[in-house]
Amino acid sequence: MSARAENSPVRPRSFQEVILRLQAYWAAKGCAILQPYDMEVGAGTFHPATTLRSLGSQPWAAAYVQPSRRPTDGRYGENPNRLQHYYQYQVLIKPSPPDLQELYLGSLDAIGIDTSLHDIRFVEDDWESPTLGAWGLGWEVWCDGMEVSQFTYFQQVGGHDCRPVSGELTYGLERLAMYVLGIDHVMDMPFNDPGSPIPLTYGDIFRQTEQEYSRHNFDGATTEMLLRHFEDAEAECEKLLAFEPQDPNSGKRIVMAHPAYDQCIKASHLFNLLDARGVISVTERQAYIGRVRALAKKCADAFVTTTAGGWVPESAAS
Amino acid sequence: MPDVLIELFSEEIPARMQTRAAEDLRKLVTDGLVEAGLSYAHARAFSTPRRLVLALEGLSAESPTLREDRKGPKVGAPQQALDGFLRSTGLTMEQLHVHEDKKGAFYVAHFQKPGRPAAAILAEVLEKTIRSFPWPKSMRWGSGALRWVRPLHSIIALMVTEAGAEVVPLDIDGITAGNTTRGHRFMAPGAFTVSSFEDYAAKLKRAFVVLDAAERADMIEHEVKNRAFALGLEPIEDKGLLAEVAGLVEWPVVLMGEIGAEFLDLPPEVLQTSMREHQKFFSLKDASGRIVRFVTVANRETADNGATILKGNQKVLTARLSDAKFFWENDLRVVRNEGLTGMAEGLANVTFHNKLGSQKARIDRIAALAREIAPLVGASPDLAEEAARVAKADLRSSMVGEFPELQGTMGVYYAKAAGLPEAVANACKAHYQPLGPSDEVPSEPVSVAVALADKIDTLTGFWAIDEKPTGSKDPFALRRAALGVIRLVLERDASLPLTSNLANHIFLHRTGQTLASIEAMQAEYDRVLSDSNRIHAEAERGLVEQFPAAAEAAMVAKKGDLVRMKDHNDLLLAEVSEAVVRAADLLAFFHDRLKVFLKDQGIRHDVIDACLAMPGNDDLTLLVKRAEALSAFLKTDDGENLLQGFKRANNILTQAEAKDGVEYSFGAEAKFAETDEERALFAALDQAEAQIAPAMAAEDFAAAMSAMAALRAPIDAFFTAVQINTDNQIVRRNRLNLLHRIRTTCAGVADLTKLEG
Repeated sequence: MSARAENSPVRPRSFQEVILRLQAYWAAKGCAILQPYDMEVGAGTFHPATTLRSLGSQPWAAAYVQPSRRPTDGRYGENPNRLQHYYQYQVLIKPSPPDLQELYLGSLDAIGIDTSLHDIRFVEDDWESPTLGAWGLGWEVWCDGMEVSQFTYFQQVGGHDCRPVSGELTYGLERLAMYVLGIDHVMDMPFNDPGSPIPLTYGDIFRQTEQEYSRHNFDGATTEMLLRHFEDAEAECEKLLAFEPQDPNSGKRIVMAHPAYDQCIKASHLFNLLDARGVISVTERQAYIGRVRALAKKCADAFVTTTAGGWVPESAAS
Repeated sequence: MPDVLIELFSEEIPARMQTRAAEDLRKLVTDGLVEAGLSYAHARAFSTPRRLVLALEGLSAESPTLREDRKGPKVGAPQQALDGFLRSTGLTMEQLHVHEDKKGAFYVAHFQKPGRPAAAILAEVLEKTIRSFPWPKSMRWGSGALRWVRPLHSIIALMVTEAGAEVVPLDIDGITAGNTTRGHRFMAPGAFTVSSFEDYAAKLKRAFVVLDAAERADMIEHEVKNRAFALGLEPIEDKGLLAEVAGLVEWPVVLMGEIGAEFLDLPPEVLQTSMREHQKFFSLKDASGRIVRFVTVANRETADNGATILKGNQKVLTARLSDAKFFWENDLRVVRNEGLTGMAEGLANVTFHNKLGSQKARIDRIAALAREIAPLVGASPDLAEEAARVAKADLRSSMVGEFPELQGTMGVYYAKAAGLPEAVANACKAHYQPLGPSDEVPSEPVSVAVALADKIDTLTGFWAIDEKPTGSKDPFALRRAALGVIRLVLERDASLPLTSNLANHIFLHRTGQTLASIEAMQAEYDRVLSDSNRIHAEAERGLVEQFPAAAEAAMVAKKGDLVRMKDHNDLLLAEVSEAVVRAADLLAFFHDRLKVFLKDQGIRHDVIDACLAMPGNDDLTLLVKRAEALSAFLKTDDGENLLQGFKRANNILTQAEAKDGVEYSFGAEAKFAETDEERALFAALDQAEAQIAPAMAAEDFAAAMSAMAALRAPIDAFFTAVQINTDNQIVRRNRLNLLHRIRTTCAGVADLTKLEG
């Protein structure tokens, strides 16, 4: 224990320092540091670097920040820790290494949580994503009674058994950073170093957008359009997957798993927006989730027939 | 005799699974060893968040040598057969044995099946146990195929004798058994070797791991009490939480903290639930019952004596309680401004079950039913209806949205805040009761009326849509609901005719109408019919000559109405029969539950069956009184003998009826009696009949039983003195008819044919 504690650098001074230290830590542990996916998603798990790459037999190790949107959680920037737009830090390693717990604890040290003074606990929390047709077993990690991360061994994604199993770590960055920095209201959190020539708080950057998007999510978004776009995304996803694998232009086998999955992500976010607008009844809710799940499953089916998904051409296999 | 130590060391095992898993480990391993012919003196299993442990004492060193016999030809059989047997066994004549059985002597080949060393057997049994362990949920990890609750890291499998400790050779998917383990994840993470269970337990303790969950729970409980008493406080007992927390730590360290003054006015249930559910804190209350401190159990000691840990926990608690306080104040504002009915309004948008409509529709049904039931349980119909209308309002409160387990509890607070009468407020919680066989039954009449209405609505609803419990599947807890109705009715001594209530309500569920509305429907039909007839008659009389077209149209319209109404009526009448059939089925379900319930109270199921055959069996209170009286009666000497006499009479009569192909059911006359015993029986039956009918009508079952008991001596005497089957057919018929009177007289009390023995 003491080895880690002694090596711990001093506490970070800003939100971005927490992120930078996580990036440096996981880079040092051999992860590819990816960039956020350029689409609206509800959680870091939706990034194809997690959802699709957890499928198939190819080894994988990636870490990235993912802006995440939860339209129903908008509070006009007033709630101390609820946001409709926030950041997750996501790590996915396949196959899950035997020392993943130790690696994880090392990352807490890296961001200044001295595990010799804090009470870190792994409390049962099984993860399930009905929209992705995915589930896994693991824990929520508690630091002094506060949940700071989700730790999951993926068992199934898109209806496919995960072989090998990926280990997934998800950190809620704002909450974790607030804890490390000792901040009570997210908007008060220093985003860059407080000693910078132009110090910026989280609120300086996001208070206004939280207000604007809260209004948009609850009142502004045009539901008829959202419904139409949902249908479009669903149709487009299915259409892209219905193409013959053989591409006549390039003469190559090209399955459009990622473009189709983009449409699945779109459908999922549109559903979240519709939900925030309050136009989806309880029974309809299940039906919408089922439709998104059906798309996710089809995308997973397609991905495992691609090279990245571990597919081997028959000529090579025989 | 070697001892054995097994440790399965893994990543954190869910707290709720640990105790069961330790027990499964003990059972699977010891069963496997015993099955393989080994014996052991003592076995103990332990669990911590990261390990399952089994300690065995006095295991046999090897399994016994067994003899296996193979039967050969008879002594004296042809040489050919004998040669064949020798060839197949590879033995010589001298090595064969001769056994004898009933058929004579025969040759037997004896084979020795040598015993096997315990270590080899243990390795096999342990591998099988690990590969087929009954975790409620298990997983794979990395590239492996092995399943465990979370990744399994190492195995200790040690056989300990005087000569020393030896590792049992075992390798499971690359995990090789050894003699090494690790201590506390943070306080002593290094590896160390162990040489016996005692050595293991002692070294673990030095490495900050308390092996025994019961010991950890004791430490926590003891320390929590000490902390509380030092401040004149008392911990709120919570065995479930204690067991869970003991499964979350290997080295329990109890820390006590304060609850912010701004939260002390929250209802204690809210504080306790929020702290328990979200943070697994224990609550400490002062003499007045207010919760003023919390206790958290950390998994480690720290250089600052837990100050950092406590500060962190306190901060999380403040955030949680701020939410709870917001919910509480928000809910109070709603009920003060709009009342509980205002809060209940949103229930129209909440689906109870997609085939049974919204919560609002359900509440309307329950309110009407509670009103009907109220007088039967001594409650005011107005209060019962009012209570039913608000009893589920708190489902729309923000607090219950956050903490579903506070449903009912919050209702009481909010009803009082809304200024509703005490009886109405209490029903908000009590109407859910009894929640199980050991839960309290509400006693306030208003609560009883709503509780009954709620449960009957649920049961009839699911009976109306064919969602009955099957086997072990009872997702809507209908057995519990039926038992609830039974206990409520019996506790109150209430006379509630179930059949009509059930049929009415099933009809309501299926058609959205009450049975009473059928009368109105009939009246409406009659009215339209007479209208139609009148128009017809007027047309006939030429009164509408000027407007023949209009009259024609009116007649056609009325005719259409009549056809539609008739179809509708026919449909509803079919639904009435359907409701009656389903109500009978549901009543049988109640009777089954009642049998289970009464069995625990020492009343046999056949006694209940005997009483079920009587009219009024849908009145559970009446039914139970009968069963109790009959049960008591059968335990007396008179009862036992009367039953034998009755059975004898019934058997003779049944046989005679079958043989003669007639029913002897009428016309026994005293004048054909030949003996005093016959005449005495006539007299006794006259007297008993005269007493039984009024006693039954007055529900005086003891009197009915004693009237029946008076028949015992005359029946016994009759059978001793009289031969039923005489040559005189008139006398024989008369006696058989007399036996029939015994049958009918007793049948006025209970159907004794249902009784066993």
